[in-house]
Amino acid sequence: MVRKLTYLRETPSQTAGPYVHIGLAPAYAGFEIFENNFTNTVAGPDVPGERIVIEGCVYDGTGTPLRDVLLESWQADANGHYRHPDDPNHGPADDGFRGWGRMCSHFETGVFSLETIKPGPVPGRNGRLQAPHISLWIVARGINIGLQTRLYFGEETDANAADPVLNLIEQESRRQTLIAQPADGTGTATHRFDIHLQGEKETVFFDV
Amino acid sequence: MQRNTPAGPRPGEYFQRDRTLQPPAYTQVYKTSATRSPQKPLLSLEQTVSEITGPVFGDHDLGPLDHDLIRNHAGDGEPIGPRIVVHGHVLDENGRGVPGALVEIWQANAGGRYRHRNDIYLAPIDPNFGGCGRCLSDETGYYFFRTIMPGPYPWRNYVNSWRPAHIHLSIFGRSFCQRLITQLYFEGDPLIPECPIVQTIPDASAVERLIATLDMNASIPFDSRAYRFDIVLRGRRSTLFENRLDGN
Repeated sequence: MVRKLTYLRETPSQTAGPYVHIGLAPAYAGFEIFENNFTNTVAGPDVPGERIVIEGCVYDGTGTPLRDVLLESWQADANGHYRHPDDPNHGPADDGFRGWGRMCSHFETGVFSLETIKPGPVPGRNGRLQAPHISLWIVARGINIGLQTRLYFGEETDANAADPVLNLIEQESRRQTLIAQPADGTGTATHRFDIHLQGEKETVFFDV
Repeated sequence: MQRNTPAGPRPGEYFQRDRTLQPPAYTQVYKTSATRSPQKPLLSLEQTVSEITGPVFGDHDLGPLDHDLIRNHAGDGEPIGPRIVVHGHVLDENGRGVPGALVEIWQANAGGRYRHRNDIYLAPIDPNFGGCGRCLSDETGYYFFRTIMPGPYPWRNYVNSWRPAHIHLSIFGRSFCQRLITQLYFEGDPLIPECPIVQTIPDASAVERLIATLDMNASIPFDSRAYRFDIVLRGRRSTLFENRLDGN
């Protein structure tokens, strides 16, 4: 007779739906309600680090940009430290950098953007260093459970080649789906990162 | 509220998510998922410090009325509809309360209309109701909202599809890998089993756990009925053993 341990079970996910902005970004829904709003600015002007902008679209299986998608980002600071007590090297909690941002795609173009600093490399498992990366979480109408992925930086050729997570991806061509590329001609440190939910260019999503 | 690590062994990784209790990406009944569902398998990732950490929120992030949807967008009057309390605990799969969890909610008004630029349903906007709120769970994981019972509304899936009355919830636990969005339904609503979005969940007992229960003990006489809804986030191992995440 096999006995069962009694753990609680995780609450099931449901889609964020088309009106996710009301709860998570009311200004996008079309009204003001809260004094403090969560935005796509991860790092204020005084936070040390290389200032970057991430820009992109999330495409569905027909190649159409999602115009009602919401993304969140989570990253370390420029020294590779997370602002969280479970990071043994965690940085200060009160210097204006939380490490987290919330982005909404534009209702006409589908473009989302994130204003932040470039994170430093962070320790991985078994003493291996991870290349600088930003964790992303994507929800929208039609997405039944939030999608987790990572963004790496195109200019980090050597670090990316040694990154233990990128190297988990069997097909080398699919690793490219996680690598943001410097955008041409913008004059700022803008990185382009498009996400494809389906198709030949389908982004690698993680079960974390 | 600032969360601190308790003394003792450092907590370890989060339990693997049980995907048999979660909706798959592609669900035929919910048509929009057809073009928005990844078709390749998710890559299983052993957690690193990037996954077991997440944003920390505090009281300074919120305003005093943020949890009170009856008052947080009211002008001269009060919102229309049945007044309710929605409350419960944010727990993890070990049954422990999750303190400092940010819970954000949004919903339609009593007529089934959302205050959103894209909602064109013919039911009217309620001038005194915004339809969103947020709070932080206390040190035991308890959370509490005051609001108006949302109305059901039609949507385009089949021609005659109606969403059961529901409240959307977004929850941050302690780590980014616990991030969850879900919807709360109300006990006794005959639209629940008919709903394609509910039907995306493959397990009947998992659906049951999305249904809030009338809680007469917590109801406020001559003011509001109460509904109880506990939220369970992924649990975690209590200690870190070999293959330590920090690589020391």
